[in-house]
Amino acid sequence: MYGGGYLPDDQKRHLPIAEDPDKLAAFETRIDRGDKVEPQDWMPTEYRKQLIRMIEQHAHSEIIGALPEGTWITRAPGFKRKMAIMAKVQDEIGHAQLLYAAAETLGKTREAMINDLINGKSKYSNVFNYPAETWSDIAVIGFLIDAAAIVNQTLNAKGSYGPYCRALERICYEEAFHLKQGHDAFVALATGTERSRSELQAALNRWWKPIMHFFGPSDKASVHSEKLMRWKVKMASNDDMRNQFLDMYVPRIWELDLTLPDPELRKDSDTGVWLFGDPDWNEFFEVIKGNGPCNAERLAVRRWAEEKGEWVKRALRPRNEIYVTPLA
Amino acid sequence: MKLVSLDPRVCRMDMAEGAAPDALIQENDHWPTYEVFAQKKRGDQHQHVGIVHAPNGEMALVLAKEQFARRGMCVNLWVVRTADVVATSYEDADIFDSTPQKTHREPVDYKVKDKINRYNQSKKEKNEQ
Ligand SMILES: [Fe+2]
Ligand SMILES: [Fe+2]
Repeated sequence: MYGGGYLPDDQKRHLPIAEDPDKLAAFETRIDRGDKVEPQDWMPTEYRKQLIRMIEQHAHSEIIGALPEGTWITRAPGFKRKMAIMAKVQDEIGHAQLLYAAAETLGKTREAMINDLINGKSKYSNVFNYPAETWSDIAVIGFLIDAAAIVNQTLNAKGSYGPYCRALERICYEEAFHLKQGHDAFVALATGTERSRSELQAALNRWWKPIMHFFGPSDKASVHSEKLMRWKVKMASNDDMRNQFLDMYVPRIWELDLTLPDPELRKDSDTGVWLFGDPDWNEFFEVIKGNGPCNAERLAVRRWAEEKGEWVKRALRPRNEIYVTPLA
Repeated sequence: MKLVSLDPRVCRMDMAEGAAPDALIQENDHWPTYEVFAQKKRGDQHQHVGIVHAPNGEMALVLAKEQFARRGMCVNLWVVRTADVVATSYEDADIFDSTPQKTHREPVDYKVKDKINRYNQSKKEKNEQ
């Protein structure tokens, strides 16, 4: 899974970097042609910076995303569901490893990325700052958050940076299983007892706001995201991704006679565009700032793992090793 | 303040809330990377699939198996220290530019049908005389 709501750097804080116009033109021609950029190629500073930021956020989201789900491994209902959720959580950690490796090829070490996660400098998907209160939350996450992630990741897999595309191809292959097992758990609850249905409905109500936040606020008018789309760093606007998600998955929720807590949610039959009420963007920005229900816990758990595992890494570390950037 | 969670495992960790020191991991505190090559089935070529960070080759294999062979599509793994790979540079990609012109290396560059047809034609004409 992943946070689709890519959060760009505050552009006002730094001036645009002047690039060699010839190199930039050649670079953009290659992007237009559909060429992939490889780590050793010349690239605009801004391209490198935004990619590091985006892939790093993605990697952190995989790691932190495994935490709410991990909460329920010990209490999963039945052996098969326990095996499935364990396999999924392991996949997500594997996704993080693939993504850290892709970001490393751009020149930021994995250690620096993990430091920035733990000290709060880097962001990760907002949805994981909410708790998984019941097993039903796990069904909602596995089905809908992973579905949203697939929309985002399938698009990004067609982006311009080779290592990121390759990582995403592997990831998307595994996400198909995540979605399927999530939908399975979701349907099992929806078609089960009165009680399982009402618990699922409650979880759905809890998660709807974060799900609507998932792709981030509207960025149609943003010049910045226009450039990122030109360079194929971003492959679609936040609104377009959200619309694609709603179009694919709202019908699959409604077909089970479940409801969504937004009376304004409907598809405009003329335009084919989904309309929805304000999902409370203030809350979204508050959670990003660190004030969500689980921000502190997520980072504390990650830091604990780093601190407790440090001696193992140190004991095994080869002497006099010079760091070499991964090849591809 | 002690961190309270609905996850019993997190409660058992007995953690305090609060921010982390600025750089928890030292910049040089890393394991080197190994490039991983996997063979999907016997008879196939090994293919580059990605990297792992590992303290030595043996651990690199263990981690590569976890990372790239979770779903049975692998029968053999190689790991090579990234530092030991010698590669061409994309900047010198033009060294490959002339190869498409070397059509004398391709079977399509050798067309004999015309000659055979012409030969047969002239033979026929000769016989008719
Ligand atoms: Fe996933
Ligand atoms: Fe994932």
